[in-house]
Amino acid sequence: MIPAAFDYVAPTTLEEALAALGEHGDDAKLLAGGQSLLPVMRMRLNAPEWVIDLGRIESLRGIREEGDELVIGAMTPHAVVGEDPLVAQHARLLTDAEAEVADAQIRHRGTIGGALVHADPAGDLGAPARALDARFVIAGAGGTRTVAADEFFLDLFETAVGEDEILTEIRVPKRTGWRTHYEKFVRVKHQWSIVAVAVAVRLEGDTVAEARVGLTNMGNTPLRARGVEEALTGRPATEESVAAAAARASEGTAPPSDLNGDAAYRSHLAQVLTRRALMTAISGGTA
Amino acid sequence: MTTVDDRSVAEAEIGRDRRRKEDARLITGRTRWTDNITLTGMVHLAMVRSPFAHARVTGIDTAAAKQSAGVVAVLTGPELGEEMGVLINAWPITPDQVTPVHTPMAVDRVAFAGEIVAVVAARSAAEARDAAELVDVDYEELPAAVDLKEAAAATPENGGALAHPDLGTNKSALWIFDSAEAGTGSDVEEAIARARTDGVVIEREFRQQRLIPAFMEPRSTVVDPTGEQLTVWSATQIPHVLRFAMAATLGIPESKLRVIAPDVGGGFGGKLQLTPEEWLTVALARRLGKPVKYTETRSESLMSAHHGRDQWQKLTLSATKDGTVTGLKVELLADLGAYVAIVGGGVPVLGAFMFNAIYKFPAYHFACQTVLTNKTWTDAYRGAGRPEATFGIERMMDELAAELGVDPLEVREKNWIKHEEFPFTTVAGLEYDSGHYEAATERAKELFEYDDLRSEQRRRRESGDPVQLGIGVSTFTEMCGLAPSRVLGSLDYGAGGWESAQVRMLATGTVEVVTGASAHGQGHETAFSQIVADRLGVPFEDVEVLHGDTQVAPKGLDTYGSRSLVVGGEALVKASDKVIEKAKPVAAHLLEASVEDLEFRAGTFSVRGTEAGISIQDVAGAVFAAHNLPDGMEPSLDSDATYDPVNFSYPHGTHLCAVEVDTETGQVRMRKYVACDDVGTIINPLIVSGQVHGGLVQGIAQALWEEAVFDESGTLVSGSFVDYLLPTAADTISFDLDHTVTPSLTNSLGTKGVGEAGTIASTPAVVNAVVDALRPLGVEDVTMPCTPQRVWQAIHGAGSGGSTPGAAMPHFESGGAAGNQEQPGASSTEGAGQ
Ligand SMILES: Cc1cc2nc3c(=O)[nH]c(=O)nc-3n(C[C@H](O)[C@H](O)[C@H](O)COP(=O)(O)OP(=O)(O)OC[C@H]3O[C@@H](n4cnc5c(N)ncnc54)[C@H](O)[C@@H]3O)c2cc1C
Repeated sequence: MIPAAFDYVAPTTLEEALAALGEHGDDAKLLAGGQSLLPVMRMRLNAPEWVIDLGRIESLRGIREEGDELVIGAMTPHAVVGEDPLVAQHARLLTDAEAEVADAQIRHRGTIGGALVHADPAGDLGAPARALDARFVIAGAGGTRTVAADEFFLDLFETAVGEDEILTEIRVPKRTGWRTHYEKFVRVKHQWSIVAVAVAVRLEGDTVAEARVGLTNMGNTPLRARGVEEALTGRPATEESVAAAAARASEGTAPPSDLNGDAAYRSHLAQVLTRRALMTAISGGTA
Repeated sequence: MTTVDDRSVAEAEIGRDRRRKEDARLITGRTRWTDNITLTGMVHLAMVRSPFAHARVTGIDTAAAKQSAGVVAVLTGPELGEEMGVLINAWPITPDQVTPVHTPMAVDRVAFAGEIVAVVAARSAAEARDAAELVDVDYEELPAAVDLKEAAAATPENGGALAHPDLGTNKSALWIFDSAEAGTGSDVEEAIARARTDGVVIEREFRQQRLIPAFMEPRSTVVDPTGEQLTVWSATQIPHVLRFAMAATLGIPESKLRVIAPDVGGGFGGKLQLTPEEWLTVALARRLGKPVKYTETRSESLMSAHHGRDQWQKLTLSATKDGTVTGLKVELLADLGAYVAIVGGGVPVLGAFMFNAIYKFPAYHFACQTVLTNKTWTDAYRGAGRPEATFGIERMMDELAAELGVDPLEVREKNWIKHEEFPFTTVAGLEYDSGHYEAATERAKELFEYDDLRSEQRRRRESGDPVQLGIGVSTFTEMCGLAPSRVLGSLDYGAGGWESAQVRMLATGTVEVVTGASAHGQGHETAFSQIVADRLGVPFEDVEVLHGDTQVAPKGLDTYGSRSLVVGGEALVKASDKVIEKAKPVAAHLLEASVEDLEFRAGTFSVRGTEAGISIQDVAGAVFAAHNLPDGMEPSLDSDATYDPVNFSYPHGTHLCAVEVDTETGQVRMRKYVACDDVGTIINPLIVSGQVHGGLVQGIAQALWEEAVFDESGTLVSGSFVDYLLPTAADTISFDLDHTVTPSLTNSLGTKGVGEAGTIASTPAVVNAVVDALRPLGVEDVTMPCTPQRVWQAIHGAGSGGSTPGAAMPHFESGGAAGNQEQPGASSTEGAGQ
């Protein structure tokens, strides 16, 4: 599998990268970890004339705290996010989800930003990002803008990041002490999610004070299971209320049908997995 | 001090856990795979393949491709014409078999998606690929025969799609065995009729899904036409068969052809083929007068290298009320794909002898209809015919047990051949030489803690646990060690089944061993070294095993059908014994003793009752010098032997599998797997474990994960490893293995084949376990692969779980700059899954 010929640039600053993107426009593709871009190029499903490698831009990498937020550079590899103590402390759901992304090799190459911009509906970062109300910092020729998680994912493989823009940061509000779990359903270990459920709950005593539930691969974009959240908020953290709430998991979803299951089965799975994810989170979470 | 006797026992190589000598180079990549070969002036090929399953080719415009940078030639089927030759089927299973002509490149019509329509040669592989994208082919789509049952029923009259309209039918051959006719048993219809009034009749239909061998190294061929001989390197299991077939079909004298299979990265039957790509690489090399290389991509490999299995099995089993089987009737439909491959319809026919398995069935009828469709051709895949048969009968024995309400092991024991009944001639006409099913089963039960797991199963059933436990049994045997040439001849197979070996004592005492069994990952070099080291009494390290090059190993029939050890190993023993026989008079001469007084042990000829002795290495040195040999003695110890087996070998074993089935999601989780195999004498336990482990995973994968899925138009949907689910180590559990040893009586080492055993046995063990877990919920079958959705649907009353939706996961976003519309293998990505 040999990609069509292309030219390659590796800018060292964001400005240079934006300039290169401005210059080559539609003919260019940004390269992050290459785990999704390169297969597509090698199968010749895409043949950009220019590949702009973001790998040498230091400012796009790393994780830091800023007030109430964690700031994760778009070019931070999955493995780094997954092992980061700040993430584990303040956004544990991301830690949970990163452990389930592909295999170790891909986690070391692929980046959190690349995965989110790629916006594969079966990808494992979108649902946690939505559940956590992450904000996305996007740089363009005209400056930077910030987009909320609810407005970020537009469709299959389509996000708010324009052709001439670069995702630079993912900002995640700290949810310290929340109980979390990412329940991923696959047939073989290193597989894209057939369905997955991301949950984060805050308990006050025996009551669910807040609940956030994201769904992977239940539609063209990652979804929030608002019905479940609504049904659970303010309810006792018991098996009964969780089961009742989880029954609403597939409300408003439009899951795909493929080799791994049809839409009806996925709707059923979403309910079972939501119940299990919530129970695991409530009883202490993944830790 | 140890005596000579003790030393030979202490140092016995046979039975020793030798690490594989080939692994260092294979694992570190310090070896030469075909694709690593680079020759001066070599050009590279890229294939243009049809994206349609069935279409008339109405025009091919190669002008733009010819203008593309670095292009040396662009050729189509009509342009190459007879130069490209034809591909042959070596096993027409009936005299009236309908066999479509198979040219390596389509001439005016394509019969499966992936068939080659043009070939580009260029200075680099990248330039060849670039130019291939520019070849513009006009197709006029034809109705495609995709579904096996529909294809079998199609006729010109009913308007069903025909894979090759000119043939007027999709039916290729009907092969029948009937025990009453053959005189090996009684009439099956009578047995069934009797059981219908006073007994039990079980009727089931099972699907053997299509599988893809998915060997690790994609296929690759390099051809050098610039020497006196035409040299062909190919990632193949069968260099000797390839040489023979090329000579027979391309008009190249066999003596002018040298075929080399260097280190080959796996095959599983998938490289037991004469491929269009090999033929085209030869044709281009001859036309251009330059070395040519072709290496397929993974997408091309999945789509166009032959697939395996793909059958519908209709089975009827009759028994008395006490569980004694009185007859078995087997009606198969087998999908050949678009062409009849080298073994082709012979694959299901191999299964004909195995449906009766380890049992004493008095009546048996087998009928197999092979069918042409517009899909990738099918052929041997690990087990070839025997996994299908074993699956069918082992599922049926579980169904019989369930019907009678008895333990599945009990019903088997009632019907199997007792160990004191060997040798036993089966209802299919084979003579099983040895076996001990009771012993293997006893040991397997013990390791499995069978009774404890049955109690746990009962507890879970009683408490209504959402996770149910199932126990699956598979007591298998198989015929391997292909094969007695006469038997192959009686089945109209196009070649024999002997194997050849050569043993050369070098002047310095090391040994070169040449085998015609060409390895592709099995560990021949290690196991064969152990055999020769023991036989000749030389150090293991001093034995070098050579293979895979027709100039080094001129005679051979290669590696498949678990034949290398039982046939090739026996040839090696015979060649080694000849070396000893030749050395003996020399030793006697040097020791000034008579030949009758010599004995040979642990590498030394000694004079009985004295201290005098000489090592075989020293004899080799003396023969090399040739200064002092007996009068008239030829100065050489080199020996060869060609061994034609007198019978197949019949490994057997009892496999027990426990699975946990999550009834809420349908997910199946492996809990425990015990395999107690009897493969006769074990040369290297480590290699045997490796073969069993790998075989088990491959068989389990058929039960749970793998399926080649085509959509209605005949496009392979599972065209990448995202959708064709291969297991990794992370998906398996640690297996519990043990062995009983009942030596084979048909070869001197007592070995039986082990290469396919795990694959053959494990698939029904797993499916039986899944069904066993769910039987109280009314489930009596789950179609393979037992996907979570199928299991869940079966629980919820949808029969055996329904078919697989024909859509891939859309992970590869297309679109963007200058994508290519007709890239085969790129099963539609955009919009799929909505
Ligand atoms: C075999 C396999 C299995 C996988 N399994 C999973 C899985 O189970 N779960 C999962 O979540 N993922 C999985 N992935 C995907 C993996 O997470 C990838 O890393 C991810 O999809 C893309 O990240 P990347 O850094 O490699 O991006 P790239 O492949 O380099 O880029 C992907 C796309 O995003 C664009 N892009 C990248 N970065 C930016 C940016 N900063 N700004 C704007 N555009 C950008 C690129 O131009 C490109 O279009 C798998 C991948 C493979 C190959």
